[in-house]
Amino acid sequence: MAHAQTKFDVTEARLADVSLPRGGRWITEAREAALARLRAMGLPGRRDEYWKFTRPDTLISADVPEAAVFDPQEAPVFDDLDKLLIVFVDGVFDADASSDLSGEGIEIERLATAGEADIHWAKDTYGVLEARGQTPVHRPLAAWNTAFATDGIVVRVTDKVSRPINMRYLHKDPTSDAILHHVVRVESGAEVTLLETGPAAARFNKSMEVDVAAGGAFHHIRSQGRDHERRAATHIFARLGTESVFKSFTLTANGVLTRNEAFIEIMGDDAVAHIAGAALGDGDFHHDDTVFITHDAVNCESRQVFKKVLRNGAVGTFQGKILVKAGAQKTDGYQISQSLLLDDDAQFLAKPELEIYADDVACSHGSTSGAIDEEALFYLRSRGVPAGEAADLLVLAFLAEAIDEIERDDIADDIRGRLEGWLARHRS
Amino acid sequence: MLSINNLHVKLEEEDKEILKGVDLTVEAGKVHAIMGPNGSGKSTLSYVLSGRDGYEVTDGSATLDGDDLLELEPEERAAAGLFLAFQYPVEIPGVGNMTFLRTAVNAQRKARGEEELSAGDFLKLVREKAKALKIDADMLMRPVNVGFSGGEKKRNEILQMAMLEPRMCILDETDSGLDVDAMKLVSEGVNALRNEGRGFLVITHYQRLLDHIKPDVVHIMADGKIVKSGGPELALEVENNGYGDILAEVA
Ligand SMILES: Nc1ncnc2c1ncn2[C@@H]1O[C@H](COP(=O)(O)OP(=O)(O)O)[C@@H](O)[C@H]1O
Ligand SMILES: [Mg+2]
Repeated sequence: MAHAQTKFDVTEARLADVSLPRGGRWITEAREAALARLRAMGLPGRRDEYWKFTRPDTLISADVPEAAVFDPQEAPVFDDLDKLLIVFVDGVFDADASSDLSGEGIEIERLATAGEADIHWAKDTYGVLEARGQTPVHRPLAAWNTAFATDGIVVRVTDKVSRPINMRYLHKDPTSDAILHHVVRVESGAEVTLLETGPAAARFNKSMEVDVAAGGAFHHIRSQGRDHERRAATHIFARLGTESVFKSFTLTANGVLTRNEAFIEIMGDDAVAHIAGAALGDGDFHHDDTVFITHDAVNCESRQVFKKVLRNGAVGTFQGKILVKAGAQKTDGYQISQSLLLDDDAQFLAKPELEIYADDVACSHGSTSGAIDEEALFYLRSRGVPAGEAADLLVLAFLAEAIDEIERDDIADDIRGRLEGWLARHRS
Repeated sequence: MLSINNLHVKLEEEDKEILKGVDLTVEAGKVHAIMGPNGSGKSTLSYVLSGRDGYEVTDGSATLDGDDLLELEPEERAAAGLFLAFQYPVEIPGVGNMTFLRTAVNAQRKARGEEELSAGDFLKLVREKAKALKIDADMLMRPVNVGFSGGEKKRNEILQMAMLEPRMCILDETDSGLDVDAMKLVSEGVNALRNEGRGFLVITHYQRLLDHIKPDVVHIMADGKIVKSGGPELALEVENNGYGDILAEVA
């Protein structure tokens, strides 16, 4: 009789099919360390507390569930912006479609190239922030990523850069299984905006480690692509220095399974970390935001703003934590997770958590689930606004707090336009 | 213009009849007032006319210039020229007052096959109308009715009416919660809209609003029916003697 497989058995079985990529000394060491971490914690299993809302099976299976390639019949997000474009097709860098990878105040390399060197500045970040993010909760898919990623970009920002970097992830193969790993180092006083757009692959494992030095600023806006059947597990690991700023916004429209994790450590005084998301699901859609923010410095601010619009069996989940370490006085922590359920079939599950070891802090969190406000809907209609348009207006109002986290107006306008388009296509 | 015949309305959720045969005709160019004790069905009448959910019309009819109002969606009634100034204006967090006004104005224009107003023309128009009602830029930028005082909400209703230029205006207790100055502003706003093509139905408890907005006809509503109609003197009678005498007389 076969004994029940443990998640460690599953992990070893998966690892039997794969081998670590070849590379230079620094990256080989990082990969080996990540593989050891992965073996020790095992791939996520259904019994793991951190996966109680989301089934990891299809994210770790040897076979990739097929995802039809979707033609959105519209211009790519941020197409009109002046940007440095970096294109990946099913997780592979496409030099011909990309811009020249050079610019004032910025150094960009492919991970594949950086990984050939014996020594590289990225070794202080690559896998390092991910490893820090494995405590107190395991993130095995991120360790997998560090061990097996061969492509991605390695960016060092040395000045205030106004032209955004746009990673555009194209999906062309219905069974592609893509892994990308990016490293971003924002040096003292430097600033950059990073945009990520597109579905990427049938299954996408993406990790991004962001090290922001004192006085640096990192802005991140992402739109995950409308392919209905795509799956994604993404991680952001960020470490913030004194007076630094980190802001991240994610739009997710469609996708059968998305898990977006963020692990942010605020290490320097007077730093600011904001992370926000707007997710729209109609039908076969499971969307998971899992966020962990640690305050380990004085007088810092963090905000988590997550909004989900769900209908027709769509499921949204949120696990969000604010950890305030002893000594992190004057912490201002805010967390809100809300869902707008457009019918009775949609579902929202939330686990907000606060853990505070300092006494002079102001932290608040809230989570709500609700339907469209019928009174407001009637009021709008009584002024001549047709029912569909009126409902869209109320949905956009619901999402406004998340979209307001995007600082640049032109970027926010594009995101808002995408939301309006989705709502117009998904009316009852 | 507005013609209501033998209108019977019950609540959808429970077997409770609220309007028990309302007959009322408002001609173009006229101001009709409805007075009546609390709970007599005045707000229900205004909601049924504007198409709110939760009511069932069991008998009778309501038409606007011959069009069957009860067949139309709320937005179609608005486009046909019906407007209700709410007794309790609704707060809509996250929707800017200006966006709300522009969306409403342009939706109605579109429904009528007219060109949408350009951003510039719209802005000019709003500023002019808002100024007359002492509505400042801040109130225009804030979310619809959120954090507005009672009086501000009512002035905001009149601003919407002024922008939308409806043919048939229903005002449900627009005077409640207003101080003397606000009452004057609101009345001036209404009077500025009075013309021979436009009808008004003004629901109020008090004579004092009717000092400012002079009605042509006054109706008394009690227990879901119009029980008495007359000239402006009827409002004075209510003011002096309450509803008791009138109700006793028709009982
Ligand atoms: N949705 C409702 N549910 C229960 N009762 C209602 C509802 N709407 C109106 N009523 C009842 O109908 C009657 C008339 O109410 P209303 O039209 O608000 O009167 P008025 O505006 O004249 O004060 C009252 O008895 C009120 O309680
Ligand atoms: Mg009333």
